Amino acid sequence: METHSLARALAQNTLLTKLSMDHLEFLSGCAKNVRISAGEYLFREGEDANELFLIRRGVIALEVYAPPRSTMSAETVGSGDLLGWSVLFPPHTWSIDARVLEDALLFSIDGACLRKKLEADHDFGYHLMRVVLEHVHRRLERLRLQQLDVYRTESI
Amino acid sequence: MSAAVDIGLAPMLPRPARITRVVKETADTFTLHLEPPDGKLAFMPGQFNMLYVFGVGEVPISISGDPDAPEVLVHTIRAVGAVTKALMAMVPGDVVGVRGPYGNAWPVGEGMRRDLVVVAGGIGLAPLRPVIYHALSHRADFDRVYVLYGTRTPSDILFEEELRAWRARFDMEVELTVDRGLAGWSGRTGVVTTLIERADFAPESAVAMVCGPEVMMRFAARELAQNGVEEERIFVSLERKMKCGVGLCGNCQLGPELLCRDGPIYPYSRARRLFAVREL
Repeated sequence: METHSLARALAQNTLLTKLSMDHLEFLSGCAKNVRISAGEYLFREGEDANELFLIRRGVIALEVYAPPRSTMSAETVGSGDLLGWSVLFPPHTWSIDARVLEDALLFSIDGACLRKKLEADHDFGYHLMRVVLEHVHRRLERLRLQQLDVYRTESI
Repeated sequence: MSAAVDIGLAPMLPRPARITRVVKETADTFTLHLEPPDGKLAFMPGQFNMLYVFGVGEVPISISGDPDAPEVLVHTIRAVGAVTKALMAMVPGDVVGVRGPYGNAWPVGEGMRRDLVVVAGGIGLAPLRPVIYHALSHRADFDRVYVLYGTRTPSDILFEEELRAWRARFDMEVELTVDRGLAGWSGRTGVVTTLIERADFAPESAVAMVCGPEVMMRFAARELAQNGVEEERIFVSLERKMKCGVGLCGNCQLGPELLCRDGPIYPYSRARRLFAVREL
């Protein structure tokens, strides 16, 4: 019953609209809702990466501790973003801190459970990895533009 | 002299304007308040003036003030070359030459009874500030008003106090992001296009006005179009070296366009083709 309603909730997420209801039901077996308040850390660099997150609401800063300049925000992610690809690839360790800036509501997908399902059903695995890859592609486009430092030499 | 005026050279003659106030905006950006030559200088949002530092040279600078307050001529300038650096060294009481206003305007009338989405990058917020002033003083003419602003670092944020005041209003949405989130920054980090996908305007009826470095405008306009905003209702401000301001010298030619006369503001449906030609 709970996984049915979770599957329906997952279906509302713009990232997952390309997954069939069967695949969403399959995925929902690994998913749960998570709330986290502003100021808290979702995860920190070096910790085990055990969950993949789909952000439903809120803003999360991805930060790098860079002494002597202290902590720097590399990127912020929010509603509609996917966070935690490290869960899919060894060594399954977070490479960055994730600090919540605005109260967040997320779907948390258990990493071990997800990896098992990806191996068990390659059709599901293909479709889910397409979703992940499309999102990674969008994020890379954003980061590429960010790296261009386009405001540095402008003159208007 | 009068003959010169008769044959249409008046637009080429700078008129003296006295600086009444200088506001330091960031380390390299400042705002000049000028006493217009005839007591007031009417302009439309998006237009620019040629500012002349006597003995140094002339530069095109967008007007960043309130179109409903033409008795103060306001320009926000980034010091990047000889003339703008000379302008930065000026103080109240100094006199500059002014020609203008030139160019076409942001089509604020297009936004009437529609969601207005202002997307600014870096100092591109300055040419769009008159649009925001206009929208706020004619607030009932627009549906929702969004200001989406991206800049390099937290210390490069322009008009910070004004942004804060606009953010506190209930009748507009202001979102801000920086490309580099330095230590102590607790706002958004990332490119301005990320603000577009998260803003909840109605794309089918929205009108968007975009200004910033050309590459930023390209990506922002593309993002707006991908989000469903019609290309005819996305406007960008193209920049090339303007010199005469009246379409005579050809210095600002971009393909078939003379930007100082025909532009600088174009719908994306037209600008997209110009963006795509690398040689221009």
